[in-house]
Amino acid sequence: MLMFVLRRLGTMALTMLCLTLVVFFMVNLEPNLKKLAISQLDMRSPPEQIESWLEKNGYRDNFFLRYGRWLGVVQKQPYTDPATGETVPRFSYCDEPAQPYYGGILQGDFGCSTKFKRTVSYKLWPALAATGTLMFWVMITMVPISLLIGILAGMREGTRTDRTLSVASIATTATPEYVSGVIFTVIFASWLGWLNGSAASATSSGISFSNFTLPVMTMAIYGIGYIARMTRASMVEVMTQQYIRTARLKGLSFGQVVVKHALRNALIAPFTVIMLQFPWLLTGVVIVETMFRYQGFGFTLVEAAGNNDIDLLLGCSLVSVFVVLFTQLISDVGYAYLNPRIRVQ
Amino acid sequence: MQHEYVGAFQIILGVILRFWPVWLALAIVLGVSIFYKKRLGLYGQLFDSGVGIAGVVICLFWLFTAIFSATIAPFDPLGQIVIMKDALPGAIEPESGQIYLFGGDKLSRDVFSRMVFGSRIVLIIAPAATAFAIMVGTTLGLPAGYYGGRIDTVLSFLANLVLAFPVILLFYLLVTPGIMDTPIPYGLAGLFFLFPIIFFATLFYTRFKNRPDRLYPLLAFTFIFGGWIYMGLVFDADPLGIVSINPNQLNIFVAVVFASSPGVFRIVRGLVMDIKTRDYVAAAQTRGESPWYIMLWEILPNARGPLIVDACLRIGYTTILLGTLGYFGLGLAPESPDWGTAIKDASRLLRSFIHPALPPTIALMSFVLGLNLLADALREQSMKD
Repeated sequence: MLMFVLRRLGTMALTMLCLTLVVFFMVNLEPNLKKLAISQLDMRSPPEQIESWLEKNGYRDNFFLRYGRWLGVVQKQPYTDPATGETVPRFSYCDEPAQPYYGGILQGDFGCSTKFKRTVSYKLWPALAATGTLMFWVMITMVPISLLIGILAGMREGTRTDRTLSVASIATTATPEYVSGVIFTVIFASWLGWLNGSAASATSSGISFSNFTLPVMTMAIYGIGYIARMTRASMVEVMTQQYIRTARLKGLSFGQVVVKHALRNALIAPFTVIMLQFPWLLTGVVIVETMFRYQGFGFTLVEAAGNNDIDLLLGCSLVSVFVVLFTQLISDVGYAYLNPRIRVQ
Repeated sequence: MQHEYVGAFQIILGVILRFWPVWLALAIVLGVSIFYKKRLGLYGQLFDSGVGIAGVVICLFWLFTAIFSATIAPFDPLGQIVIMKDALPGAIEPESGQIYLFGGDKLSRDVFSRMVFGSRIVLIIAPAATAFAIMVGTTLGLPAGYYGGRIDTVLSFLANLVLAFPVILLFYLLVTPGIMDTPIPYGLAGLFFLFPIIFFATLFYTRFKNRPDRLYPLLAFTFIFGGWIYMGLVFDADPLGIVSINPNQLNIFVAVVFASSPGVFRIVRGLVMDIKTRDYVAAAQTRGESPWYIMLWEILPNARGPLIVDACLRIGYTTILLGTLGYFGLGLAPESPDWGTAIKDASRLLRSFIHPALPPTIALMSFVLGLNLLADALREQSMKD
């Protein structure tokens, strides 16, 4: 088991290395660098000025050298102003030592965000915390509701309840966040006026029922159907097992059979599914945060990508890839732990 | 500017009337299908369940809407009639006397016509991109599952690499306007569009390699037809000038194929690993058939059930992905009538006007719902066998 986890962690590190290399390559494509330089200087800068800006900030150095610097295995060189001979930081809003130093991901230095004029860490961690709050509430609503729907539907296969709930869960899986978000906003914000159509105030004045319900609802609804379907399938399978019939035949009531015998085994599969939902939720986070103007991780990612903010975008991709891979690992380990029949080799 | 309006009842009636070619085509297709149900195999069995009928009807509805969109839509989807800015549903356009059935948007275009024309974009890109993704995923998934070992390790690692990317980040990296200046989209397109040709060439070769009379015509057809499409799509150099795709659409297409082929790969690989242990595969191996013959002619046909179900779901998922691209304003032209872009435009203005937002959202939702219902019914039917 320990070997398995270690090997998985190794693969994880390799995957993250490959993916950040790909992202690094993509954000450093010539048009993207031009875009960055123009956004940092001014629209009408002549090409020479753009070139000298890129040169000055080290964007023209060797690709692998720069990737190494970002990673923290190659020293970062201080910038010396040729005019005055003084050592000044490249970006006035981020500190930079005057000697060569190792300052990359491995040292915990995420770099400097050109869009927000801050260090990436200053921007990224609060955004992650904000998204964590959102995710927490989404999970709190999504998981119990979907499990309940799945269990109710799978308990008695083929009944009217089952059909209705199944069609309802198919319908929610057909409703992506940008669709349900619009529909809910129309119903609850524009029409009934109960809820706030924007979560912008959640960042400044804290979350409340009126500004947070819509984002949570929008995100939860897309996942509910999928988890409910999986729970239903698992429940249906369990209900046809011999031991359920035995329990019925020894005279237990239907409710007792479901709660005491079926549930425990039926909930193993949904656990995996819920864990594997995280990558999906990550995309949902981006859409919902953009739609409701909630300043979280997704919002930061969109801003970073839209402005080609290299360090911030790399930080965001590192975090999201880590989340995806780590939840996969948890789901595998948890599955083996919950289901003793599975032995990890 | 005051508009004259028609009532809610007339709007509904107007919408139903505008869709007349769709109703006609639906009636014909459904009538024929139900009449010959017994002989239509899996498709015929769909009509045994309510869910199946609903799925077929919704999917066909949007298919015919896409085909007949020029007849259905009363206005040009890009045409701006200035006085109709933000007109409410049912407003009468004074010049032609036609009705803006679902109102006008902030650029005074007809919301109804845009929704109808949007179906065309979605119904071309989504199924085509899914088809390519299935080709790529199958061609790579078959050897990975069949041979296992190092090929499997490498291919699975690559697939997991792509799957570990959040889709949205992938799109932001792959579908930026700047990337059109680099060879990346064309390179990827060149790679992906090669797979169908390889697939069909191998398919025919393994089957007919001892029967040159059948083999050569089929191979010639594959290479000429495939090469023609390939030239048109990748290099935009179709000698006949029929097949062409604008760079933006090519970019979207490539991104969507890239994002969804690892999923197909995983499913195919899993199915192959399962089917490979069956007796008929062992029999074929004993007969001395080549590995690719076994993969393409013994394993793949027996994996078709789950693959068809997955294809339905995947077209729906691709539609959602396209909508996401539109919603973030990536790739598609800003005035494009596709549903995602329309939702983006409308959702910014929800505070003042809600009517432009509802038609595209409901259209997208119903189409994906139709596909999901279809997939569910197909799954039920194939489980019965």
